[in-house]
Amino acid sequence: MNKTSLIFRHEFLNTVRRTGFIVMTLIVPLIALLGIGVYHVVSGISKPVEEAEKIGYVDEAGGFDQFTSQGNITLVPFQTPDEANNALVSNDIKEYFVIPPDYISTGVVSRYTMQKELYPPPATMTAINTFLLKNLLAGQLPASTAARIEAPLNLVTVTLTATGEVAPEQGGFGNFVFPGVFSLLLVLAIIFSSTYLLQGLGEEKENRLIEILLSSVSTRQLLTGKVLGIGVAGLVQVVVWVASTPLLLNLASSSIGGFISTIQLPAHFLILGIIYFVLGYLLFAVISASIGAISPTSREGQQIVAIFTLPAISPLWFMSLLMMFPNNPAWIGLTIFPLTAPVAVMIRMGVTGIPAWQLATSIAVLAICIVGVLLITIRVFRIYLLMYGKRPGLGKVLSMVLKG
Amino acid sequence: MKSKATTKAEEIRSLEISEVTKSFNHTRVVDDISFDVEPGEIFGLIGPNGAGKTTTIRMIMDIIKPDTGRIRVFGKSLSERTKDLIGYLPEERGLYKKLSVLQSLLYIASLKGLENRRALSRANELLERIDMLAHQNKKNEELSRGMSQIVQFLTAVVHEPRLIILDEPFANLDPVNTELIKEIILEQRGQGKSIILSTHRMNEIEELCDRVFMINEGRGVLYGELSEIKARYRRNSVFLEYEGELGELKGVVRRHDHYGSTELILDKTTTPQAVLEELIRRGLKINRYEVSTPPLNDIFLQVVGKANE
Repeated sequence: MNKTSLIFRHEFLNTVRRTGFIVMTLIVPLIALLGIGVYHVVSGISKPVEEAEKIGYVDEAGGFDQFTSQGNITLVPFQTPDEANNALVSNDIKEYFVIPPDYISTGVVSRYTMQKELYPPPATMTAINTFLLKNLLAGQLPASTAARIEAPLNLVTVTLTATGEVAPEQGGFGNFVFPGVFSLLLVLAIIFSSTYLLQGLGEEKENRLIEILLSSVSTRQLLTGKVLGIGVAGLVQVVVWVASTPLLLNLASSSIGGFISTIQLPAHFLILGIIYFVLGYLLFAVISASIGAISPTSREGQQIVAIFTLPAISPLWFMSLLMMFPNNPAWIGLTIFPLTAPVAVMIRMGVTGIPAWQLATSIAVLAICIVGVLLITIRVFRIYLLMYGKRPGLGKVLSMVLKG
Repeated sequence: MKSKATTKAEEIRSLEISEVTKSFNHTRVVDDISFDVEPGEIFGLIGPNGAGKTTTIRMIMDIIKPDTGRIRVFGKSLSERTKDLIGYLPEERGLYKKLSVLQSLLYIASLKGLENRRALSRANELLERIDMLAHQNKKNEELSRGMSQIVQFLTAVVHEPRLIILDEPFANLDPVNTELIKEIILEQRGQGKSIILSTHRMNEIEELCDRVFMINEGRGVLYGELSEIKARYRRNSVFLEYEGELGELKGVVRRHDHYGSTELILDKTTTPQAVLEELIRRGLKINRYEVSTPPLNDIFLQVVGKANE
């Protein structure tokens, strides 16, 4: 076994045996599981109760006497607000509302309830809304027209290709899920892997094992073995997360399950996903290694690495803007800028098509940066790994890189 | 009595350092040094703090490159292959806390090119030698400081290197463990290995080393056989413990009385042999008669002091 493979194996096994690694690998699916549980509990609370519910109303405007059964909610008419109030106090009804005489001109309806709430429950709102609408339209329009007024828009968008044919990928939120989840996992993998790399280097610097390592293997072998060993461990983590997704989705509500069936996973998503995952990880791994080399402790190294990992995450902060304006020049910049490229490309892919020239430029810039940072790292690595307890200034590192 | 292995003229030197210099930030840390290490010898690399010892060792280990000059290990220029021939114990050291004793030894041995099965038998052999076989599965973080230092020492010799570089191997060791390490060092020399010992403890250099190289402010200031160096710096004097009346002695220019002994300083023309003969002729009861050689520590202080003047 060559020395790079030995270091690779050592780093991989050391990383996957770490308590922190095992906890992080398990905690992400567990948090997702917890999230689904919380969603079920909350949605269960806010769901309309199965048993029939009574809501009182006082029709001072006149003409609101039909359609009093709205699903599980029954609307009970009262002659005066006092009667309705008494029924509410004696718990005969859950709440009541008053349709005033000038309702047609103002649209104002007063609602009375003993519940403290930020916003009326959606089921109540829908029931009252439909009741009012149906009564207003009753007898004035054919039933089908009234139904259309109730739900006037059922939009179906068809994306066409440049030749005017129906595109094989129709986009939408379904398509956004894969790149969205992938970009989030990429960010997590980058952060954890660079942390492991820094911790490992920090430990070896602090206990001087780095001298024994450098006296046994070359800088290139050491760096390659470390970056790949920890990278593959990070990949294992992501695979566990991805593999747990179907299970989690099955546990999710049926509405989410239905939504999942709309997800399309075209081959180019997967290929580009893997390319950007590997390139993104490699870029941050070599950056972490060079910072690990010049930092006296792993803690200080992690603070410096955060300067680089923040841009990686930054496209996620502006995701809503991206959804609205996917082809804004700012996004093109983020697609090409190497630190933001992996995540920006992932999430842009789910929203819009990315021109080939942008992808080619982005991949080329990333590859050039990885090679460039790797060369710089190999130059500074050997010297600064042996300087304990002091961190060189930026000027010194630059002059070191230029002079060699 | 040291048993330095015979050095054949045709035998390849373990290490050749020729006119090596190294500068950092325009400061010359190592300045044109040259020395050789022969197979089967313990070679002392001595010098005050900051003299350039560690830089020299790091250049031998190919961790840093010399600016000029040549370093050859067993007749070959430094390469990844020569690294496998060298065992190295750095001055400040540690182990992977979460690895077991055995795993640490096997990992370092594998990085040094030792095949798995051989590495395992060698690790077991060494652990048995130091009576730590029972602790082979203990994690390094569970070891006492002394045990941890012994394991660190073993990582330098586990791959059966032909050249062993030990930087302060006895630092912070108790007398029992110090003796244990000394025994292993002598065993290694007995097997024809070369050992470079870098330490501040001059008594250990005197006890173990065949030859020394002293470096001060980056320059070589002393180099050669320890006995020859000591003879070079010898004051012409003898230590004497006796019973009876000593009286005046011809050729003795001064006398220093120490606790229980007397140092006789001889003039340039008088030999210790002549004084001993005179004492026997006088019938003095002699309990100890020792030709004085200056401790290496004194030579060290003298040389460093002179260089700093």
